Amino acid sequence: MATITVTVNGKPHTNDVEPRTLLVHYLREQLNLTGTHIGCDTSQCGACVVHLNGQSVKSCTVLAIQCHGAEVTTIEGLAPQGQMHALQEGFWEKHGLQCGFCTPGMIMAAADLLERNPNPTDDEIRHGLEGNLCRCTGYENIVRAVRYAAEKMAVPAGD
Amino acid sequence: MTATETRERIVGRAIKRREDPKLITGQGNYLDDIKLPGMLHVALVRSPYAHANITSIDVSRALAMPGVVAVFTGADMMDINPMPAAWQAGGVKNNAVTPRALAVGKVTLVGDPVAMVIAEDRYTARDAADAVDVEYEPLDAVVDARKAVEPGAPQLHATAPNNVVFEWECGDQAAADTALASAEVVVKEPIINQRLIPTPMETRGSVARYDAATGEFTVWMTSQAPHVHRLLLTAFVFGIPEHKLRCIAPNVGGGFGQKIFCYNDMAFTMWASRKLGRPVKFVEDRSENYKYSTHGRDHISEAEIAGTRDGKITGLRVKTWANIGGYFSTIAAGIPTTLYGRIINGVYKIPAVHVHVTGVYTNTAMVDAYRGAGRPEASYLIERMVDRFAAEIGMDPAEVRRKNFIQPHEFPYNNQLGLLPFDSGNYEPALNKALETVGYGDFRAKQAEARKQGRYLGLGISTYVEICGVAPSAWIGANGQGWGAGLWESANIRVHLTGKVVVTTGSLPHGQGLETTFAQVVADELGVNYDDVEIQWGDTLGTPFGYGTYGSRSLAVGGVAIKRSADKIKAKARKLAAHMLEANELDIVFENGKASVKGSPDKAKTIGELALAASVAYDLPEGMEPFLDETSYYDPPNCTFPFGTHISVVEVDPETGHVDLLRYIAVDDCGPQINPLIVEGQIHGGIVQGIAQALYEGAVYNDDGQLLSGTLMDYAVPTAAMSPHIETDHTVTPSPVNPLGVKGAGEAGTIGSAQCVMNAVIDALSPFGVKHLQMPATPERVWNAIHGG
Repeated sequence: MATITVTVNGKPHTNDVEPRTLLVHYLREQLNLTGTHIGCDTSQCGACVVHLNGQSVKSCTVLAIQCHGAEVTTIEGLAPQGQMHALQEGFWEKHGLQCGFCTPGMIMAAADLLERNPNPTDDEIRHGLEGNLCRCTGYENIVRAVRYAAEKMAVPAGD
Repeated sequence: MTATETRERIVGRAIKRREDPKLITGQGNYLDDIKLPGMLHVALVRSPYAHANITSIDVSRALAMPGVVAVFTGADMMDINPMPAAWQAGGVKNNAVTPRALAVGKVTLVGDPVAMVIAEDRYTARDAADAVDVEYEPLDAVVDARKAVEPGAPQLHATAPNNVVFEWECGDQAAADTALASAEVVVKEPIINQRLIPTPMETRGSVARYDAATGEFTVWMTSQAPHVHRLLLTAFVFGIPEHKLRCIAPNVGGGFGQKIFCYNDMAFTMWASRKLGRPVKFVEDRSENYKYSTHGRDHISEAEIAGTRDGKITGLRVKTWANIGGYFSTIAAGIPTTLYGRIINGVYKIPAVHVHVTGVYTNTAMVDAYRGAGRPEASYLIERMVDRFAAEIGMDPAEVRRKNFIQPHEFPYNNQLGLLPFDSGNYEPALNKALETVGYGDFRAKQAEARKQGRYLGLGISTYVEICGVAPSAWIGANGQGWGAGLWESANIRVHLTGKVVVTTGSLPHGQGLETTFAQVVADELGVNYDDVEIQWGDTLGTPFGYGTYGSRSLAVGGVAIKRSADKIKAKARKLAAHMLEANELDIVFENGKASVKGSPDKAKTIGELALAASVAYDLPEGMEPFLDETSYYDPPNCTFPFGTHISVVEVDPETGHVDLLRYIAVDDCGPQINPLIVEGQIHGGIVQGIAQALYEGAVYNDDGQLLSGTLMDYAVPTAAMSPHIETDHTVTPSPVNPLGVKGAGEAGTIGSAQCVMNAVIDALSPFGVKHLQMPATPERVWNAIHGG
């Protein structure tokens, strides 16, 4: 066992973990943050994407002990309690989800994409989300949702 | 009460889904999110061989590991029965061999579970599974359905000589033989519909809890049909009364058919929770899902189409070998028979048709319904053959289709293949709309011009029809279809004292947005605020019986049950209003959420006032029971038959074999749309699954029965970058079958799309003399077709 301290969604947590514990299992099993999902065992599907020190990572491919001292943001912490991030709004407005299982990872990956490229073309959105699989939507409405968020985020605050 | 007077109808509006806020904020509750006090975790020991005798299992090393609570094998569970076969279909030779909770004595596919390790946490369980020592005596395996029926092939089950599960046919063999023998033109083609893996993003699993004090089980399950699972697990597997099991489907992360079926993990988690007195959880990982949960399609067919030189189709003869896998899955025989052969004529009047299907066991994962279930196989086959026929006689494929369409005035149309008549249809407007959108008028000129520049464009047309909401129960029972039950749905509506409306349904939404759609229907029927309608589902304790959500049946059957419950609520409300307003019941009209006296709109009671009066029950009409609470059981008089035209345009790179999907146009007709936003989403998702079959996906086994496409690294589920922009449009032809006029939209996209893309690819390749190509049209396969490899 190793003891780690990780700041998750702004709150510090100190826990004992097995060295082999995956970040996704730490979040889901020990912190009860079950919004981060597991859809595969080969780092393909992206359902487990979270932000580690501000960058998107597949939390099934990161060990919990690697996150000692780090900041992790999950879907539960993307927006302040009771509010929605522009991407969450976009997915709702544009019907960017059906079963919702891939959605938390998809939104977290899209948030990172918009951070790097605030005004992506449809093609850039499609390529930017290549690490996330969705089986329900055919991606058309996910593209619309991300575009909605990009447009909304481009409006200066207060407008 | 002006609010209800001015309320606008909400049916038909593209409102955003009420399901979404929790799902986009990480507050969904999927199976693996469930944690119960004292819960144990299962890891399975699975066979590495496709076909083998189990000679010994030694669990001692595993059992000795810290944290391991128990290890069980199939021999421990002989007090429960094998999984049930619920749809044996006509022609099954009484040899449906279904899996036991864990394999006993023999395995018939890679991934067949032979032992279960139960531990305090999932890491320990997995470690200990590796310490279970199993010895096998490997046997020869067979994975190909046609090879499996040949003499000398490895035999999977003693009760199925030559591995044949069933022989089934429909249509008129003599007529088809005559039509083919006397035809001006006959085209013959081997048509392979490759094996696919449904791949819901959430894998499957179960959590079981047993209460020794009451003898009751509760099972949370990834299920499209919890009421059916309750029935099958109690009556057939455990031999206990139905009321001793409560099944709960929480949020379900996609199904596409794979979560319809009754799986062994439901049984072994129940069995172990009773044995150990603690809750037991099993969640498969993705590679387990790929090896053991059901696959779809896997047909090998020989198809022959006959017609005249001027484009009239006169006959169709099809022989199909349908791969069933290593065991018989819950409704395995119904898919390649009733849902395939009986709709093989598609949208065309074909005077002579015969279909023969052989169902075959092989050493592969079980094959059962996957999105579309039989109808994609049928529409792929007929639409490819119509294109082949058009090419053979040198006629425009759109023109051949037009010439053979069932005409609007011919509905209800009996295709003579054993279905009840097609309910309604008007195929040409959808075709015209799609042709206009794509610019068909000058496409051929553009195509010819491009070819001169060495660019190979192709255009593919698919005009499809499908079957939704399979019904009625009497037809299913009377026609030897072998389905072990009817297919009605039920719903209850209660209007509470506060005027809030609670609807419980046996349907099971897992992405289709039924909470939103159903609430739209109820709000309009009762004239109440949409936000005052609550839709509850998923728990057999709190919902009336339902057969579940699949086959695009939940609106056309489940939704209509809800509408009928609302009708009953209104009837009672009218009677009560007449009493309260001292009027004759015949003079009461119910509109916009209130019952008023005809001609005196001021004399009215709102649904809220009526609910209150019915609930307090101080003054009810003679003989009326308190409360507005009504249940309906709806058994439709027929299936519905949605249709449409899809058109795609591709460009094939002759140097690399790469197919670029330039445009995808879908004009679908599912009848009136309750929520166009949701319908379009269903169409999008369905289309990309069909495109995936055409271009990317295929489950591949080697000859030893090893699944080579065993993870998402090897099985090509498309990404956003591999998926095209989709242009959607629709026509509206109501169904006369049900009072909402709705048909169904969940599978149409998939049923219309694979052949649409393949017809385009083959059109693009026609200058190279390519007449047909099997799916998926990977760069290698396309390159070889061009270069004769």
